[in-house]
Amino acid sequence: MSDSTAGHRPGDHEPSGHEPDDLMAGLSHSGGQDDDAHDAGPHRVIGTPSPATSRSLLGGPEGNGAGQPPAVQRELPSEPDDPVGAKRAERIVAACFLIAMFAGLAFIAAYFIFGVHTVTATQHSNLALGSTMALAFIGLGVGAVIWVRRLMPNVELTEQRHPLRSEAADRAAFKQTFEEGADASQFIKRPILRRTLIAATVPVAVAPIILLRDLGPLPGTKLDHTVWRKGLRLLNYGANTPIRPADFSSPGGMITVVPDGYQDNFDALAKAAVIIIKFAPGQVVYTTNNHPVPGKTVQNWTVDNIVAYSKICTHVGCPAALYEQTTHHILCPCHQSTFDATRGAQVIFGPATRPLPQLPMTVDAQGYLVARSDFTEPVGPSFWERGPSI
Amino acid sequence: MSMNKALEGTGGWLDDRLHGARGVRVFFRKIFPDHWTFLLGEIALYCFIILLLTGTFLALWFKPSMTEMVYHGSYIKLDGVRMSEAYASTLHITFDVRGGLLMRQIHHWAADLFVAAIMAHMLRIFFTGAYRKPREINWLIGIVLLTLSLLEGLFGYSLPDDLLSGAGLRITQGVLQSIPIVGTYLSFFLFGGQYPGHLIIPRMYILHVLLIPGLFMALIGAHLFIMFHQKHTQMPGVGRTDKNVVGTPMYPYFMAKTGAFFFFTFAAVTLAATFAQINPIWIYGPYNPLAISAGSQPDFYMGFLEGSLRMMPSWQWVVFGHTFAFNVFIPALVPLGIVMTGAALWPFLEQWITGDKREHHVNQRPRNAPTRTGLGLAMVSFYGVLWLEGANDVLADHFDVPLYTITEIARVAVFAVPILTYIIAKRICLGLQRKDQHLLQHGVETGIIRQLPSGEFIEETRPVSEELRAKLVGPERPALPVGASGADADVPPPGMRGGVGRAKAWLNKVVNENVPEDGHGNGYGANGHGDEGQAPAAIGSGDTEDGSGHH
Repeated sequence: MSDSTAGHRPGDHEPSGHEPDDLMAGLSHSGGQDDDAHDAGPHRVIGTPSPATSRSLLGGPEGNGAGQPPAVQRELPSEPDDPVGAKRAERIVAACFLIAMFAGLAFIAAYFIFGVHTVTATQHSNLALGSTMALAFIGLGVGAVIWVRRLMPNVELTEQRHPLRSEAADRAAFKQTFEEGADASQFIKRPILRRTLIAATVPVAVAPIILLRDLGPLPGTKLDHTVWRKGLRLLNYGANTPIRPADFSSPGGMITVVPDGYQDNFDALAKAAVIIIKFAPGQVVYTTNNHPVPGKTVQNWTVDNIVAYSKICTHVGCPAALYEQTTHHILCPCHQSTFDATRGAQVIFGPATRPLPQLPMTVDAQGYLVARSDFTEPVGPSFWERGPSI
Repeated sequence: MSMNKALEGTGGWLDDRLHGARGVRVFFRKIFPDHWTFLLGEIALYCFIILLLTGTFLALWFKPSMTEMVYHGSYIKLDGVRMSEAYASTLHITFDVRGGLLMRQIHHWAADLFVAAIMAHMLRIFFTGAYRKPREINWLIGIVLLTLSLLEGLFGYSLPDDLLSGAGLRITQGVLQSIPIVGTYLSFFLFGGQYPGHLIIPRMYILHVLLIPGLFMALIGAHLFIMFHQKHTQMPGVGRTDKNVVGTPMYPYFMAKTGAFFFFTFAAVTLAATFAQINPIWIYGPYNPLAISAGSQPDFYMGFLEGSLRMMPSWQWVVFGHTFAFNVFIPALVPLGIVMTGAALWPFLEQWITGDKREHHVNQRPRNAPTRTGLGLAMVSFYGVLWLEGANDVLADHFDVPLYTITEIARVAVFAVPILTYIIAKRICLGLQRKDQHLLQHGVETGIIRQLPSGEFIEETRPVSEELRAKLVGPERPALPVGASGADADVPPPGMRGGVGRAKAWLNKVVNENVPEDGHGNGYGANGHGDEGQAPAAIGSGDTEDGSGHH
């Protein structure tokens, strides 16, 4: 069948039944195809200048001896390899396309039938639309594949490559053209033009970068401070109510607090979020200094064994939101930096390098928890301008 | 005959104006070799098209705005909740636009598949040596495309402004801020001030829908044009040489096949979007810098960066009042840098080491380049350790292993596993080479046992088939120029002298470590038997005992 027109196909060689002689013939056949000029075998050469030449190559005396007329005037056969199977394949392909058509119609119907606006309705709509759409694509895809495999005659063609490097003459001609152009432009001969042109382009190239300057303000010392200041109340986040030490009936969990007046200000909260934890007496390792000491919590900044730390992880700034009451560990769920709440929130595991800064705290005249001052060091992730932490 | 009319009519009209008959004919007859791994790049291309289609649909409703509002929409659980317009419009697309949820989920799944397909495609290119001359430029374009796809994905999943994506954005900002000298400024410029500000979503949006897709289109266009111009590589096989392409023509075969493949890719992501929920942002809730959910995971392609950040020990220097946050910028930049820079330099390094400046169009089987395969798999395992560490909390939960233990193991494994992988992979490759040589020299075992007159039992073998031989042996190649790889010559050639030269010679020996061919089994022997007027082989290797398969 198509072997005569389509040329050599490796798949046609079934080695198991061959005698050794046949095998060797096949081997040498496969080995010598690098030289297209001599390739008078049954290979079809694509891209040769004249189709007539290719045809004569194809119909040449080397032929393929399959007993078909040699003067075949086409590169691709027009009939399938297996006409009987093709008939059946045609029906299958048509069925696939019909399925795709009905699936497409079902998609359109589903669009109008299924409403949305609730979670359940949306999910039903999603199911109906998605499955009909997928079925339409599958029908089209399967149909096309069977079409190619069973209906289109099996061919394997060979196209010759040519070295990508241009011929020496072309390269030389290019060089000459390029040099002629350079000469004609006077670009090399007149250095003053060349230099002033380069000088002119530099500012023009830099200008767009300058234009980006107003993308944002300069950092200044903005990262060093938060909105916390002396006397600002700590509000229970969510309820937004001030907190009295007596509200803690017993030691226990962790509460997220925010500065009064900034409950809805994400820019402020991204730095000023605080966690407070109530401890039993004797659980916390205190220092009596008025500044942070490694491994210790500043006692003067606590109220009745209630300790306040920044909630913003010192690694890359996620909220350090997990607290394990039995071990008093604060864990950041992003990268598992772990801080010991009883020892000044020092790092005991993970990539963070610095403890969570402690918020100085006291109570105001009404007995509510308030800040004694801002944090005494920058909160959150490290940055270049940040100095030593303690 | 109506076809003729159509050709003469429309085709003729166009050709009168565009002179296309010849060029389009060549295009129609373009040959595409067949191998299932050649489809990986097509998956990436079709995902890109799907992303453009679904992304355009989503953009019709999405509001890239951080303006705060109170939600009163269909999703009653969030009724009265303050959120950004970006998040609210994503809820609107999900619950109020018919097909909106489907398009969102297809977009997300296609993005994941896009990155995965690029990675798989590049691994195929690497392990088969398809990046070799003349395809280095396309390899470099591929590396840029992969990097852009990671960035595009990160921006894309940050846009809905939900709690999960906000955490990712916060981490991105923390990493940016840690970069020495310029980090704080970069962060302030990108976010328009302090984190989170009100500008980052509109800024990421325009990068996500215009700038990066534009770069994608330009680079994908260049990638395809170069591939078209240089013609496709092919796998070793009968009749396949470095001077030809064997396969099926573009029209109608490849057109139909690749069209079908587009539909399959689209069907696959549609099925995923129909039956596998992805990124249910209404469950996560709107972003809030105070809240986070435990066990949250980024999209798979960000997992290695997450793991890298998680496993890094807490190293930091403070010098003259300036902070070097090694704990952040090293894990964020170095692993990615190693993989991408290594991949970009490798083709040139390999050329320098081997002195091989020839064009290669027939791919290598990975086993036939043991050092390359070992290095590639070492990189894959390096990536794999980082990626698994990125899910250390999930692993700890599932397998009931202490969390810190996993991190401590990962800190060792990230160095040990790639080294072990290199050694093991290289040994396996050499073992497979021996198996191939055995097959070539002794033939295929038939299972037929014969007793010799002497009483000895032997197993009959039959010669390997032509196809298998062609696959095992690969194409014939011209010899390298003298001195290009003279590692074991008595007198080193000029390029191999001196310190650099000796290093090169040693590297050359490592890179070229293969099972010796024992004077037979190199597969060139068959060329000696020219018939049917074929050209004699460029290199005859004399005796052709191999392949005849007798004892």
